[in-house]
Amino acid sequence: MNLWNDPVNFIAHWLTSLFVGWGMAGWLASLIIQLIGVIVLILLMMLFDIFLVWVERKVVARFQDRLGPNRVGPFGLIQPFADIIKLLIKEDITPDGADKVVYNLAPILSLMSVLLLWAIVPLAPVIFGVDLNVGALYIIAAGSIGTLSIIMAAWSSNNKYALIGAFRQVAVLVSFEIPMIATMLIPTILAGSMGMNEIVQGQQTVWYVVLAPIAAIIFMIAAIAELGRSPFDLNEAESEIVAGFHIEYTGMKFGLFYAGELLHAFTFGGFWAILFLGGYHFFGLENLGPLVAAVILFAKAMFGYWVIMWIRYTVMRMRIDHMLAFNWKFLTPVAFVLLMLTALMNTLLRGTPSGVYILGMFLTNVLLGWIIVEILRGYSRSERQKTQNVAPAAATAHH
Amino acid sequence: MQNEWLYIGLFLVIATLIPVAALVTSWIVSPKKPNPIKQSTYECGMETVGENWVQFKAQYYIFALVFLVFDVETVFLFPWAVSLGRLSLFAVIEGIVFILILIAGLIYTWRKGMLEWA
Repeated sequence: MNLWNDPVNFIAHWLTSLFVGWGMAGWLASLIIQLIGVIVLILLMMLFDIFLVWVERKVVARFQDRLGPNRVGPFGLIQPFADIIKLLIKEDITPDGADKVVYNLAPILSLMSVLLLWAIVPLAPVIFGVDLNVGALYIIAAGSIGTLSIIMAAWSSNNKYALIGAFRQVAVLVSFEIPMIATMLIPTILAGSMGMNEIVQGQQTVWYVVLAPIAAIIFMIAAIAELGRSPFDLNEAESEIVAGFHIEYTGMKFGLFYAGELLHAFTFGGFWAILFLGGYHFFGLENLGPLVAAVILFAKAMFGYWVIMWIRYTVMRMRIDHMLAFNWKFLTPVAFVLLMLTALMNTLLRGTPSGVYILGMFLTNVLLGWIIVEILRGYSRSERQKTQNVAPAAATAHH
Repeated sequence: MQNEWLYIGLFLVIATLIPVAALVTSWIVSPKKPNPIKQSTYECGMETVGENWVQFKAQYYIFALVFLVFDVETVFLFPWAVSLGRLSLFAVIEGIVFILILIAGLIYTWRKGMLEWA
C-alpha cells in the first residue's frame, strides 16, 4: 500500500498511527479520521458545485449563441465567486405570514439531500465514502428529502404561485419515481447487488448501457423529471408561475436552492454513469491508479450533466397532463415490461458464454425498442387521423 | 456495518452544517432593513386576494395514491432483484407474476379513467 495505489487508506493509516502515537484512544482516532474524510469529501463537492455554476452559465450561453461569463478572471472562472459574494450580502427578506422555522429549514434540507447522495458514490475502487449494501434504496430515500424540502418551501412561503409550483413538482416527482426505481432494478439484477461499488465492478467487461440501453434512456428521462428541469420544469415555469416554490426566497437562501439544483443535476449525471456507463471503468485506464479512476468517473458524470443540459436547452416545456400521461401510460409500462424481460433473459441465459449473454440481452432490448416504436407509430397515426377528420369541419364552421 | 451507518450519520451532520454556515454568514454580513411593502407576498404588482393556502385539484391526490401502491410494491422487488442470480426459473417467474399483478392494477386504474387530467 502506497500513496499512489490507495491514497485514502494510506493517509488514514498514517493519521491513525499519528493520533494513537499521541496517546489517543483507538475509537476516537478512527472517529476523527472518518470526520476528516466526510469534511474533505463535502468541501470537495461544494467547491465543485461552485465550478458547476460557471459550467452551467457557459454552456447555456453557447447553446443560445452567446459568450457567457468572460470578464472576471480567465474565461470568467472567478465569476461564481463574485456571485457568491453578491448572494451573501443581499438582504434576506422573509415574507409576511411565512412559517419561519419551516421557511428557513427548506433550503438547508434541499442542499443537504443532494450532498447526502455523495456518501455512497464510488469515485474509484478504493476511494468511496461508504459502500452501503442497500445503495439503490439509499438513493431513493435521500432523494425523497429533496421532495420534502420543495413542499416545505412552498407551504411555508405563504404564496399561491409557490404552492402551485410545489403541487406540480410533487405530482411529477412521485410519478417519475416509479420508472426510475424500475430502471434502477435492472443494474441491480445484472450485478446481483444494490451496492454501488459492486454494480460498477460488475461492468468491468461490458457497460450496462449495452446490456440495457432502454433502461439507461428511461433512467435519464426520469432523472430529468426528478430534477425539475426542462422539458419537465413545470415547478418553476417562469412564464406562468414566476419561479414556483422558491419565489419568496432571496439572497443566500435562494443560493442554496440554486446550488442544490446544480449539484443534483451533476449527481444524477454521476449515478447515470455509475449505473449504466461503467462508473470508473474506461477500457483498463482505471488500472493506472485510483486518482485516474476518480477523474474518469467525474468526466463521465460531466458527460451525463452535459446530456441533461443539452436536453434542457433544446426541448420546450410539457403540459402537466401530457407529462403525467407520458409517465403513467408510457414510461411506467415500458419500464416494467423491460424489467420482466431482463429478469427472464438473465435467468435463461445464465451459464452461457459471455458473448452469447451480451448479444442476447442487447437483442432483447432492440426487439423491445422496435415493438415500442411500432406501437407509438400506430398510436400517432390514429391520433393524426382523428385531427385530420376534425379539421375540415372546423374550417367550414369558421366560414 | 455499524461503522458504515456512523459514517452516514457524520455525513448527515456535516452536510447540514455547511448550508447552515452559509446562512449564518449571510445573516451576519447582509443588511437588515425590513419594511411592510418589501415583506408583502410577491404578486406581480397586485394586492393578494384571499387566503393563500387554497384548495387544490383532487387529481394531485389521486396520482399520489397510485404512486403509493407502486412505491411500496417496488421496494419488495429489490430483494428479488438482488438474489435473482441464485433463484430458480420458477422463483423468477413468481416475481414476474407479481409484476404482472402490479401492471393489472395500473391497467385497471387506466381503464377507470383515473390517469386522465380532467
